[in-house]
Amino acid sequence: MRAGKEFLKGFWSENPVFRLVLGICPTLAVTTTAVNGLGMGLATTFVLVSSNMVISMIRSFIPKKIRIPAFIVTIATFVTIVDLVMNGYFHALHKSLGLFIPLIVVNCVILGRAEAFASKNPIWISIVDGFGMGFGFAISLTVIGAIRELLGNGTILNISIFGDSYQPLLLMIMPPGAFIVLGILLGLMNKVEIKIAERSGREPIISKAHDCSGCAIHRN
Amino acid sequence: MKEIFRLTLILTVITAVSAGVLAFVNQQTEQPIENALREEKMKALRNVLPPFDNELTEDSILIPDITGDTLEVFRGKKDGKINGVAFPVLSHDGYSGDIEFMVGVNLDGVIQGIEILTHAETPGLGAKIQSEDFKTQFKTRGINNPELWEVEKDGGVFKQITGATISSRAVTRAVYKGLKFYEKHINEITGGENTGYENKKGNKEKK
Repeated sequence: MRAGKEFLKGFWSENPVFRLVLGICPTLAVTTTAVNGLGMGLATTFVLVSSNMVISMIRSFIPKKIRIPAFIVTIATFVTIVDLVMNGYFHALHKSLGLFIPLIVVNCVILGRAEAFASKNPIWISIVDGFGMGFGFAISLTVIGAIRELLGNGTILNISIFGDSYQPLLLMIMPPGAFIVLGILLGLMNKVEIKIAERSGREPIISKAHDCSGCAIHRN
Repeated sequence: MKEIFRLTLILTVITAVSAGVLAFVNQQTEQPIENALREEKMKALRNVLPPFDNELTEDSILIPDITGDTLEVFRGKKDGKINGVAFPVLSHDGYSGDIEFMVGVNLDGVIQGIEILTHAETPGLGAKIQSEDFKTQFKTRGINNPELWEVEKDGGVFKQITGATISSRAVTRAVYKGLKFYEKHINEITGGENTGYENKKGNKEKK
């Protein structure tokens, strides 16, 4: 029961991109195509699950004072493994993600889960948390990537959707497009969450106490 | 004082274990990475050279270019005779970072194909220099008519990529630079086998 909850929270109630708004650097930078988003998401998932597992395993040996360097070393180790393995066996993907793989080290989602979850919970539930958060991250990146690729290039997964006559909206695959898509999706997700919460008669996850309470979304 | 030793020890153990793991993974992936890089280069060479039957990497020569860099020039041979030459070209004029690509010519200095090796151009924009549409327009072009060796926007004959004129221009000019390099060093590269070059150079020039 608990495992299911820990797994599913990464998809909606604690989605790393749209709810926690963590790991925004790779989210904005690599989502020019759906494939890039998926590749980055899966690489992050692998690192997240591995680091959650190891950190949960050694959590009782790590003194509080040096936990952050210990976490970072563990995370950096797994990122380097991903980098090397991907370079050897998935060379084309490695080429297109290039610079962003080493940057997984500083992805706040991973350090965040290590600090907030894995260092306080047993191994198996930490692994479940890693998978849930990782897949939530991967799906979010893939969706952003697909939207940007569709509008900015007329394709999804390199398959032409709009045909040759479509004039691509280049802005969408340039950096501003990432901000626009992220912002719109974030807003839509909040709107849907409020609707769901109203229907089921619970408090929405987005607190009405913060300053947006005057916003039209909340009044509707 | 005692605590500082304990903390140091624990952190040392963690980093040592991680160094050991990484050494192992590095050793395991060294060969696949080398193979992947080699395969990538061979694929580029196959795309830019006419069919050849020799071992290219064992038949390359090193020639310094104007900037002092040493270029590895590959010679494709069929039945022992050179039928194509491929060499890397580097452009510093890309939108972000250097663009490196391979240019293949036949003995007359007519381009057989170009292939982008590394670049850091904007995905979806400048990165389209890798598209077939852009690359194939260099085929069958020679060194004649230097004024044509510009993108259309600059009055030349090569179509630039929409929204990525800088990248297109960088590639176009660098290909031309590569052809000049070939012309200058043709005797070193072919060992004087190619006597008809002067009469034939760029004879396929269109437009």
